Amino acid sequence: MSDVYLSGKFVGVVEDGEAFTSSLREERRRGVLSENVNIAFDQSSGEVNIEAAKGRLRRPLIVVRDGRPLLTPDHVDKLGRNELKWSDLVKQGIIEYLDAAEEENALVAFFEEELSPEHTHLELTPLSMFGMVTSLVPYANFNSAQKVNTGSKNQKQAIGFYASNYPIRIDMDVNLLHNPHMPVVKSVMHDISEYEKHPAGQNLVVAVMSYKGYNMEDAIIINRGSIDRGMGRGSYYRPMISEELRYSGGLVDEVCIPAKDVKGFKSEKDYRFLEEDGIIYPEAQVKEGDVVIGKTSPPRFLSSMEQYSLSAETRRESSAAMKHGEEGIVDFVLITESNEGNKLVQVKIRDQRIPEVGDKFSSRHGQKGVVGLIVPEADMPFTASGITPDLIFSPHSIPTRMTMAHLIELIAGKTGALAGRPVDGTVFDSEPEEMIRKELLSLGFRDNGLETVYNGETGEAFKVGIFVGDMYYLRLKHMVANKIHSRARGPIQLLTRQPTEGRAKEGGLRLGEMEKDTFVAHGAAMLLKERFDSDRTIVPVCESCGMIAIYDEFKRRSSCQVCGESVISFIEVSYAFKLILDEFKSLCLYPQLKLRTKY
Amino acid sequence: MASDALKELQETLPEGVYRMVAELLPEKLSDSKAKEFAKKVADEYGGMKVEAGESVGLVAAESIGEPGTQMTLDTFHFAGVSEMNVTMGLPRIIEILDGRKKLTTPMMEIYLKKPYSEGQDIKKIALMIRETKLHDIATEFSINVADNRIEAQLDLAKMRELGINEAVLAKALKFSAKGVIVDVKGGTLVLKVKAKEGGVSDVFKLKEKLRESFVRGVRGVTQVLPVKKNNEYVILTFGSNLKKVMQYPFVDEARTTTNDIFEIEETLGIEAARQAVIDEVYKVIETQGLNVDIRHLMLVADVMSADGKVKGITRYGVVRDKSSVLARASFETPIKHIINASLYGEVDNLTSVVENVMLNQPVPVGTGLPKLVSKNK
Repeated sequence: MSDVYLSGKFVGVVEDGEAFTSSLREERRRGVLSENVNIAFDQSSGEVNIEAAKGRLRRPLIVVRDGRPLLTPDHVDKLGRNELKWSDLVKQGIIEYLDAAEEENALVAFFEEELSPEHTHLELTPLSMFGMVTSLVPYANFNSAQKVNTGSKNQKQAIGFYASNYPIRIDMDVNLLHNPHMPVVKSVMHDISEYEKHPAGQNLVVAVMSYKGYNMEDAIIINRGSIDRGMGRGSYYRPMISEELRYSGGLVDEVCIPAKDVKGFKSEKDYRFLEEDGIIYPEAQVKEGDVVIGKTSPPRFLSSMEQYSLSAETRRESSAAMKHGEEGIVDFVLITESNEGNKLVQVKIRDQRIPEVGDKFSSRHGQKGVVGLIVPEADMPFTASGITPDLIFSPHSIPTRMTMAHLIELIAGKTGALAGRPVDGTVFDSEPEEMIRKELLSLGFRDNGLETVYNGETGEAFKVGIFVGDMYYLRLKHMVANKIHSRARGPIQLLTRQPTEGRAKEGGLRLGEMEKDTFVAHGAAMLLKERFDSDRTIVPVCESCGMIAIYDEFKRRSSCQVCGESVISFIEVSYAFKLILDEFKSLCLYPQLKLRTKY
Repeated sequence: MASDALKELQETLPEGVYRMVAELLPEKLSDSKAKEFAKKVADEYGGMKVEAGESVGLVAAESIGEPGTQMTLDTFHFAGVSEMNVTMGLPRIIEILDGRKKLTTPMMEIYLKKPYSEGQDIKKIALMIRETKLHDIATEFSINVADNRIEAQLDLAKMRELGINEAVLAKALKFSAKGVIVDVKGGTLVLKVKAKEGGVSDVFKLKEKLRESFVRGVRGVTQVLPVKKNNEYVILTFGSNLKKVMQYPFVDEARTTTNDIFEIEETLGIEAARQAVIDEVYKVIETQGLNVDIRHLMLVADVMSADGKVKGITRYGVVRDKSSVLARASFETPIKHIINASLYGEVDNLTSVVENVMLNQPVPVGTGLPKLVSKNK
């Protein structure tokens, strides 16, 4: 006797649960039951679970009967001729989707050769165990699993041709690669996903060697000549958005060139690009501080007087300007309406990004690195056939990471490039390395990929063979231009008078608690004081009551608010300390400063 | 005179250091050589001394804290030996320095006096120390509802193994089970409840209590493990009770230790507790394969035991005793400290580091220490 549950609810009892389960499955394959239904028989509890609810993860498998797959070469032929569709196979019960529960009852063969009478299903392809992006890693079955994972993560960060309608789109923070390639070493997933329509990398000539130590710790060295020819070149797009908001009392923002009497007026120069409508013109070269969309807003608080005289002088400036460190060219201007029906102006700024020292590159095997040096083409090492590599990759990145596929791709890429054909590197189903090596040999190169390489500066041949090959490289979206930051003097916070935090606010780098400890441990008392001088203030202190007194700049006289005229001395403390004293006072505590001569 | 120069040296150096140096001296030493030697040693020793203004506390904190980041959080297992596992690594260090009263794994190392340390009656001694409870030797408990009696079947084989006879058991139960008339007769233990009024549930509760009643051994010692260590037998225990263990005549009081610092403080005094802090922390650092100068630990132990009782480095321990309000407030729970300070009108003389950092004044450490002295006219 077996209990039967439908979507988790008890519906009845059957005599033989196992037979009931298999008869239900047969009916599903015949099309009597929906193909979305899964039936699982739990051996231990003797329960039959029928699941029809949504939200279950399911995967397709080929049905096997008596050790033979139902999918025949005939079906495959018909599929190729477009006489049969995938959905037809599912309808005919040749392919079925199993959920996690029903999978427990199935015995799935990985390859057709493994099939035995006990098997119930056959895997469509080993590729189905990987996701979309991971399937794009060529020869991934030769890599350590962890690096396959990071390799697929890196591909998501690669800049490429993300959408063919990019000129008319407004996207936040996007990059575009100018000359993307289709990889020479590819997998079937490149075809399935129509990768040629949105490629995200370039085939580069890579030499595996050290170069003056500039490629240690995973750094890479790139060829100036390659950059000049457009390698890795891209554009960075960022929109500036401004909306004419409506406020209570019928007040509205206005996109315009702000008049000089507007509160917060920047300077004539900052508005120079604006046309009559208050919006910048396309192809204007803007730098930090330049206004892109001019806008004025009504005053924030209306005082009784101002309510009656709504002149321009009470309006405040609220233009969208280029932030600190940003520059670019206005790509296009879009004037539209927001959801609320307000006028919405969007200006797309474009900035050309040429690879520079510090930009991040990666292969498809999780071998990411930062550009350590850009070498003039003349100084680059060259091979006997006169080829200079686009990129020099450090051999020390290989042993611990165990990314064998990185090396195989170099050979496969080299062969593919020389033979003028794409190489299939699909996981578990790739062109074998031996065949590729043979082909490379027949093309007149050494089969192990080694070449005699000459020092670009002296012309001497290196005493060892250098591994040179072609591989698909990705430029990742992390670029120094977006991250570089330094400050000497700059903005401070209103409350504490300490430097602001973060790159966007041109902030300082915090010397934290533990860093402070190192100063103290060295006994560098004066240096520590100097480092913490950023919020230094000089305050008058009344010596009789110990409270902070007042200094009148106009009368050049100081007085105490509590004691009136009294002995007042000036002391130097951090503003944060003065602030905490004020906070104590607000808690009705009386912090008293007792002064004593320093010497 | 060679001895003159060395005598002078003996006076300047601490005894231990001098002895170490003296051992290395050659038998015959000329006068000038001795003088030269004494000067070199004195210089060397002087150079090793901490200079005035050196922030020893912070250096100690960093020296212990930095290796701490490398420590594993695992507990250490005696693989294969027994089910004992000991808190080691960072959790143990935190436990010691926080001055926790309840340890996660209290342990003792019991050394024995001569004939026993060679293995005589070692098993018997070990079982004597281990805490035996009634349920260890009794197999079945039943309640006789009519007479308000609890009957227990005794495991005689086990009792023989543990060396407990009926008389011992009866005597022990008289102490640990009050309000019960104990009667032991040939393999059965009959416990009669004195008070009549108790209902069945009360008897049941009493039964559960009696199961846990103490029969023999040292309270708190749940496991014993005799091991051979450097040609002598040592008993390792899980659970600690130093005071009780030291009362056994066969225990070598001089060498027996526990990892419970508060127990050491209680039985052996504060100096022993200070040394225990050093030893225990050093043991952990050593097993982790790290290298921390022992003087850093000595400083920490000094701070913890300076008041005559062991205090943890927490806001309830060492930090509470700081004289500076601002220093206390900057550690933990600032509002509590500030409010109390204002209630009592506390004065902060800005004598230590944190307060001066807050005010952005030179810290009185290193170069910030020397002051200019001037005469007022």
